[in-house]
Amino acid sequence: MVEFILNNTTIRTAVDAGMPLLDFIRYHKRLIGTKVGCREGDCGACTVLVGTLQDDGQVMYQSITSCISPLGNANGKHIITVEGTNLIDRLTVVQQAMKDNYATQCGFCTPGFVMSLTGFSITSTEKDIAHALDAISGNICRCTGYKSIVNAANQVCQSFKNRKVPPTLDWLVSQEYIPEYFITIPERIIALNIEEQVQTGTVFVSGGTDLYVQKADALQQGAIRLIGTVNALRKISIKEEVCTIGAGATVSDLWNHKRLNLIFPKLKEHLKLVSSEQIRNMASFGGNIVNASPIGDMILFFLALDSILTIRNSKGEERTLPLQKFYKSYKNFDLKEGELITTIQFTLPNANSKFNFEKVCKRTHLDIASVNSALQIVSKELIIEDIHIAIGGVAATPMYPHKTIAFLKGKELSKTLLIEANKVLQYEIAPIADVRGTVAYKRLLARQLFFAHFTTLYPYLFKLTDFLQDG
Amino acid sequence: MDKTKSQTALAVKKDQVSKGLQQSIRNMDSYTHVRGESIYVDDINVRQGTFHAVVFDSPVAHGHIKSVDYSKALAVEGVARIFTYQDVPGENQIGGIVPDEPLFAEDEVHFQGMPIALIVAESEYIARQARQLITIEIDELPAIVTAKDAKGKGSFINAPRSFHLGDTTAAFQKCAYVFEGETFSNGQEHLYIEAQGAYAEPLENGNIRVTSSTQGPTSVQKTIANVLGVSMHKIEVDVTRLGGGFGGKEDQATPWAVMAALAAQLLKQSVKLILNRHDDLRMTGKRHPYESTYTIGLSKDLKILAYEVEFLQNSGAAADLSPAIAERTLFHATNSYYVPNVSTIVHSCKTHLPPNTAFRGFGGPQGMFVIESAIAKAATAIGVKARVIQEANLLQENDTFSYGQVATQVEAQKTWTSATTVFDIEALEQEITDFNTTHDAIKKGLAMMPITFGISFTNTPMNHARALVHIYQDGSVGISTAAVEMGQGVNTKLLQIAAQVFAIDSAKIKIESTNTTRVANTSPSAASSTADLNGKALLKACNALVARLKTVASDALKCKESEITFQQECIYLAGQKTELTWETLISKAMLKRVALTENGHYATPVIHFDKTKERGHPFAYHVYGTAIITTTVDCMRGTYVFDAVKIIHDYGKSMSEGIDLGQVEGALVQGIGWMTMEEIDYDANGRLRSNALSTYKIPDIFSIPTVMEILPVVTEGNDMAILKSKAVGEPPLMYGIGAYFALQNAIMAFNPKYTMKFHAPMTPEKVLMSLYEKEAENQK
Repeated sequence: MVEFILNNTTIRTAVDAGMPLLDFIRYHKRLIGTKVGCREGDCGACTVLVGTLQDDGQVMYQSITSCISPLGNANGKHIITVEGTNLIDRLTVVQQAMKDNYATQCGFCTPGFVMSLTGFSITSTEKDIAHALDAISGNICRCTGYKSIVNAANQVCQSFKNRKVPPTLDWLVSQEYIPEYFITIPERIIALNIEEQVQTGTVFVSGGTDLYVQKADALQQGAIRLIGTVNALRKISIKEEVCTIGAGATVSDLWNHKRLNLIFPKLKEHLKLVSSEQIRNMASFGGNIVNASPIGDMILFFLALDSILTIRNSKGEERTLPLQKFYKSYKNFDLKEGELITTIQFTLPNANSKFNFEKVCKRTHLDIASVNSALQIVSKELIIEDIHIAIGGVAATPMYPHKTIAFLKGKELSKTLLIEANKVLQYEIAPIADVRGTVAYKRLLARQLFFAHFTTLYPYLFKLTDFLQDG
Repeated sequence: MDKTKSQTALAVKKDQVSKGLQQSIRNMDSYTHVRGESIYVDDINVRQGTFHAVVFDSPVAHGHIKSVDYSKALAVEGVARIFTYQDVPGENQIGGIVPDEPLFAEDEVHFQGMPIALIVAESEYIARQARQLITIEIDELPAIVTAKDAKGKGSFINAPRSFHLGDTTAAFQKCAYVFEGETFSNGQEHLYIEAQGAYAEPLENGNIRVTSSTQGPTSVQKTIANVLGVSMHKIEVDVTRLGGGFGGKEDQATPWAVMAALAAQLLKQSVKLILNRHDDLRMTGKRHPYESTYTIGLSKDLKILAYEVEFLQNSGAAADLSPAIAERTLFHATNSYYVPNVSTIVHSCKTHLPPNTAFRGFGGPQGMFVIESAIAKAATAIGVKARVIQEANLLQENDTFSYGQVATQVEAQKTWTSATTVFDIEALEQEITDFNTTHDAIKKGLAMMPITFGISFTNTPMNHARALVHIYQDGSVGISTAAVEMGQGVNTKLLQIAAQVFAIDSAKIKIESTNTTRVANTSPSAASSTADLNGKALLKACNALVARLKTVASDALKCKESEITFQQECIYLAGQKTELTWETLISKAMLKRVALTENGHYATPVIHFDKTKERGHPFAYHVYGTAIITTTVDCMRGTYVFDAVKIIHDYGKSMSEGIDLGQVEGALVQGIGWMTMEEIDYDANGRLRSNALSTYKIPDIFSIPTVMEILPVVTEGNDMAILKSKAVGEPPLMYGIGAYFALQNAIMAFNPKYTMKFHAPMTPEKVLMSLYEKEAENQK
């Protein structure tokens, strides 16, 4: 049984927990404002908000793409579709802004934008245009060219001028951002009769952002085990300079982590390249690791941080394994049936340590990389004390180029050293031609991103022209 | 001339534009759009017992079908039936211009994604499950994937078309400069966010009502009748709105509607068929890729004296609209330029790709890309800026196009001069030069892009429309036309026209769905001309009704009809308000048994074209404009952003500024997408590799130009346009072509050894390879 609140109605249903939430909303509940666009989380037409009761009794709302979210993940939540934001005979602030600014043409993507901007209005602590655009970055519109939508987002931001943030639900209701029933939600979530979902399947599903893109039909009635709502798997903790990230933690959990943002000042900038806000709200780190894509962005992060995985089997026994040793061949990794990654651990970088992430794809944001790379370097007076490089899109697995790393360790940073190191790197990598680029391109890009790490981290030492062959 | 004055004279200022935007009418559907209450075909409340259908298609691009085994699929519980070509009661044929496209493959398959069968089941999920159980044996044959390959093998859709003006051979002799080159522009996926779909309901007596997400209800109706072997009157096609079309639902909405209707007829049950995204991407055609070769000749003072071009259009496996698209490529081969000696030829090459089809611009963009490439190449070789050549050759009043039409009310020079002065081209160029001198790893580039686009269906007989107007006895109004609303705002414009002529509140007017039983024998909503054709038809109908109502009013007020005007829902006599309101006038008209329904018919006057001579006057008018595009390239990574696109656009006298601006912005971004990140990728066997939204990227909110400044040029408008408000759907897409050349110029600034390429789209891959071009060669 899955029990949750859908808009203003409590739902208790026995339909397959593996059904995409979108299908339940549209075809079981006939809430047709939520649209089917791509069914892979790439267009945002099916965006809904998920409200989760927090320890402080408040409900936190996040946007998700309902096409790749299993219904079971709605258990105990408040799900809001565009119909659930509608006022009687009036438009909400967000809806009015979209209308005023001509931000709707064919209208098919519009409810998705309305939901993302409504989520921004409720949740975001910073009501500026940059954050508003982040909120709608996962929504694709083919008609408007977006400028009118940016104008609408600006109007929404303006509406918060001089208001304290985050606003209270009472204020949001009084100002007509959301309907009145929202105020009753926290107590109604508490009152839900939530059963732990007992599933005995062998396919662990957390956010679903990879699995539901690849095989939604198979999962619908398949042997799945939903772990997305297991809080124990979602913790991020720091103890004695060791950071432990629960494998079920989402990219947004990292995004919102105050201390880690201080330690990695460019964290948000990097995570913005990884995925849209909707996907960040769903995608788990464990999922990214076991999806084992050779261009998995977060895998590279953790490889460069020299992370250790904790793996638990069905009997509850645990083992640890360096992430470097996890991948064996294409989509093949060291995880036995019934085993589950529970945490990812790494030592926090120290004062002499620098970290960088690079990614190039056809579209800068919300695209899969042609080549991506992360690098952590510890240097003292230009001597490389320790270095970890991860590079994606150049081999069958996310790559930790041992030879290049060994070549660099202990040496003094210089232009010549990096040019020589690139030769080692080029020897180590073995990209294949595919829809993301030719072999020649991926090799060139691998070189450029390798150099880009150093021009980014040591701008006073290196510039692009240092690496050009004839000056 | 004083600069401020010149700016005022040429372009409406920014603050005027923003004032206009505040007052301009909003899309009439925006209220229901933002509330999620607008109904698209997949949102219809279906009848009880409705079946759902999924298409089984060819896994290979070319081959003989040896056998297909449906038994396991048929055994799945909930599967009603599986239909193949053998079940077609009429003709298994859906070709529009040329009857060369079977609905379902028979013995041979001609493209990957070609429909072979239709699985009908109790749910779409069951139908999909069943589809996986179908096994097929195919003898795979070699696939033709490129146009050049097709030409080499003599594989064509039809005979080539060719336009000639002057004598190019003689003119080349007189040229100071002659350049040759090759270009390629790739296809483009429409990516309407609402995928293709239809819903068919059987009615009594074998009649069928089909709700289709189509731009062309009549062609859906006609094709269904043909496939089902019934007359057209038995088929009703209704369209409420489309979640985007862009040409992709002009012809290619048809097969899905036909399949749904076929299943509904044979099962006597309602059937819904909505393509899922992957099926849609794989099964439907796209913008045509073009491979072209050109020769351009210029005089010493940079006048283009002669231009020859051969276009190879990759038409795909069937004609679809390819011949018409090829024709428009020729019409726009010289873009905004007057060239006295022109020789163009286009071959529609038959390949094993899905039949390529209409896409905003309809072959025009592909033609323009080639001459812009030729100019860029000439400019680089001669050592001048491309814009110098562009400006020296701009179309002037009374110049002749290569198809014989004399250009009048030409705004090419005006929009150009306006753009260069209002946006101060020299200052922009100086900024870029300064930036490039002081930056090693980031370079900027600029390009100008003028456009000239002809308005009308180039097939003259298609330029007509009708409007059916009912005034109900309470004074409210219902309007039906042939126009299909797909986001372009045509319904809003129709609403404006009726509200203006009747002088009543738009809340009293309803724009009905587009329905073949109310407005028959229509042309598709396409060619940017929907508002012109249907608006003019509506105008005629409204005017006829007003004339009748004036008779009633003059009778009541005992005055001459000429003294009567309608204002703000009241009847005015000699400029004075009378007691007669709109409602009371309608009541009086009812009592007098006056017809309150009118059918307006409009056929564009003047236009004609003789295909045997390739001469005529095919366009009602042209739309003009000039864009300046600037880009910044990250030379480390090969990535780029567009800093600004500044446009002076010829709207005529825009009747809906907000809607028209939205069309320009949307088309521009779509055009930039085509030229930059949108890369269709078929492998050597004709299988689509860019087959999902994860592998085919269209612009997102972060990839649009940082600044988009679009100002109108001051003109009188054109009487052939509805209320002098010019067509706006397609022309601005071609501003996007400038993005390609801005990138080329930025690359040149980094890598002087780079040889300019004309191979669109300019993806980050091509940019990076170009930035390091000679170096990469050295490494080999």
